Amino acid sequence: MASADSRRALVTGRGIPLCEDDVDTDRIIPARYMKGVSFEGLGEHAFHDARRNPAGTLIDHPFNDKRFAGASILVVNRNFGCGSSREHAPQALARAGITALVGESFAEIFAGNCVTLGMVAARVSAADAKALQALVQKDPTTSIEIDLGKREVRAAGKAYALSLPESQLQALVTGTWDSTGALLANEALIAKTAASLPYMGWKTAG
Amino acid sequence: MSRNLFDKVWESHRVGALPTGQDQLFIGLHLIHEVTSPQAFGMIAERGMKVLYPERSFATADHIVPTTSRKRPFEDPEAEAMLVELERNVKLHGISFFDFASGRQGVVHVVGPELGLTQPGMTIACGDSHTATHGAFGAIAFGIGTSQVRDVLATQTLALDRPRVRKIDVRGSLGKGVGAKDLILYIMAELGVEGGLGYAYEYSGEAVTSLSMEGRMTLCNMSIEGGARSGYVSPDATTYDYLKGRPYSPGAADYDRAVAWWQSLASGPDASFDDEKVIDADVIEPMVTWGINPGQGLGVGARMPRLADLPAERREGARKAYEYMGLAEGAPIAGTKIDVAFIGSCTNGRIEDLRAAAAIARGRKVATGIRALVVPGSMQVDAAARAEGLDRLFSEAGFEYREPGCSMCLAMNPDKLRGREVSASSSNRNFIGRQGSPTGRTLLMSPTMVAAAALAGEVVDSRSF
Repeated sequence: MASADSRRALVTGRGIPLCEDDVDTDRIIPARYMKGVSFEGLGEHAFHDARRNPAGTLIDHPFNDKRFAGASILVVNRNFGCGSSREHAPQALARAGITALVGESFAEIFAGNCVTLGMVAARVSAADAKALQALVQKDPTTSIEIDLGKREVRAAGKAYALSLPESQLQALVTGTWDSTGALLANEALIAKTAASLPYMGWKTAG
Repeated sequence: MSRNLFDKVWESHRVGALPTGQDQLFIGLHLIHEVTSPQAFGMIAERGMKVLYPERSFATADHIVPTTSRKRPFEDPEAEAMLVELERNVKLHGISFFDFASGRQGVVHVVGPELGLTQPGMTIACGDSHTATHGAFGAIAFGIGTSQVRDVLATQTLALDRPRVRKIDVRGSLGKGVGAKDLILYIMAELGVEGGLGYAYEYSGEAVTSLSMEGRMTLCNMSIEGGARSGYVSPDATTYDYLKGRPYSPGAADYDRAVAWWQSLASGPDASFDDEKVIDADVIEPMVTWGINPGQGLGVGARMPRLADLPAERREGARKAYEYMGLAEGAPIAGTKIDVAFIGSCTNGRIEDLRAAAAIARGRKVATGIRALVVPGSMQVDAAARAEGLDRLFSEAGFEYREPGCSMCLAMNPDKLRGREVSASSSNRNFIGRQGSPTGRTLLMSPTMVAAAALAGEVVDSRSF
């Protein structure tokens, strides 16, 4: 059974805006930080290169901006998380304090990876994503509420319609995003499907 | 109307519906490499679970492997630790591992097909977005995250939403000196890098069916770059001929039965799709990217787009791309100076790619000051290249001929751009920092075009060689 704190019906936090289309997972976590056998320590490297100039000095970037320190809802634009399937990307964001994302669209593997970690990646319209970014830029103390039950994002007294694939929404609301148990419960059916596939019985050329 | 291949293969692997509404899909082939698997094995151990079908998983090492000395331990202790972890996990769980000693190590998406593991009608998953490559055989193949690698290890199944299927009908034929890489870069320039979100792509039409298996792999490989998690080509005689006699292909006793089943899966002429796009192959030139995503590409004879001529929603991205790349709107892409040339990767590291590049390099010299690398996609590709004398040919032309691996495609090993170097690359991503330098710049093109650029020291139409 899912416990109360493993449900994501309502996520609340302050927003951090990242205004750019097609942000790829190499940007979120450069490949050189994936040279490890665990996800530990990835948080400090989120957007590592994007946050620095070639000399290594921190530059103007939302993740360097003190006004957004402690903010937990990343507000993005179109096709966020494209490219590599690395789960290191949402892992790095989660370890950097992000609990949910709101944006115009998300790359499919990235969005799926978010769900497996219990992170909401909710879609809003292009105009609404920009409006929310403008809102938190103007007032970083603005509280954002992602209400999956009502399928809306609320901020500063306004509501914005959100969408999410129905299965992802169900998994998040019911706290059942860790799919291994549900999959393994069907072990007999898995074996039946396997047995029905012609190639499972073929002898190889060797 | 009849069902398309995707629907037939999905149905045959569907275990049932899950409480979330997703389908539970059996995975016929699971491929493993050292970067995205250790955490998944860790999660299995933590939960006291076992690998349910160890005989359906196959591992190799590719991302972190050095391409100079492969002597163990590696000079990079982090890379060594990752390989040791993989070795430990495959041994513990009884999973086949194509290591250096096997003579079969290589980029996971090169190894699977060349060993005959990749077959029509399978579902194939791997913790790597370029798993779409295997769709070239008429399989449903897609990249997954590490938590999903855990699911495959523990259950041999995945919880998935069924995507829609878009037919990309490529009419006409590709011109001389124009190939699969140019075709996929052109498709992305046309449909956008997010145009495929929620779709699987079926590539069809004469320009596709006339491609070799290597060409089809290049095409399907970059589906993910267009937002589609998987892409495929219906199997035909080219597919069956390729598979015959490979180590993991069906043997003589089952081969005819296998072909009959594979044929039954191919999309028929009256197959239905959720969406269709038509691409005209006749107009495609050798392609080059000018920007920081693979959709920002154009024919080598063209001028880079003016911001004012782009759709409004593309302008800001293009402006950032020009600024980062140091390129000017309206200027020709031909003549752009390069510092590095890279031939390799899961997109273009196969024997046919090396042959095509060698045909350009033969008897010529790499331009002064250019660092040019040829990295075969696998030990088997390397062996074939050596047998044909391609290693010597490249060396004599001034290319560094290296050991197999992912190398400078994503630069997790020592092969990296330095500073703001510009790379002509046969790989798949021109993202900021992708090739190992946070300020490095990448121009994607075919291996033929990379070879030509290496010789000229700048972007040049390979058809002029």
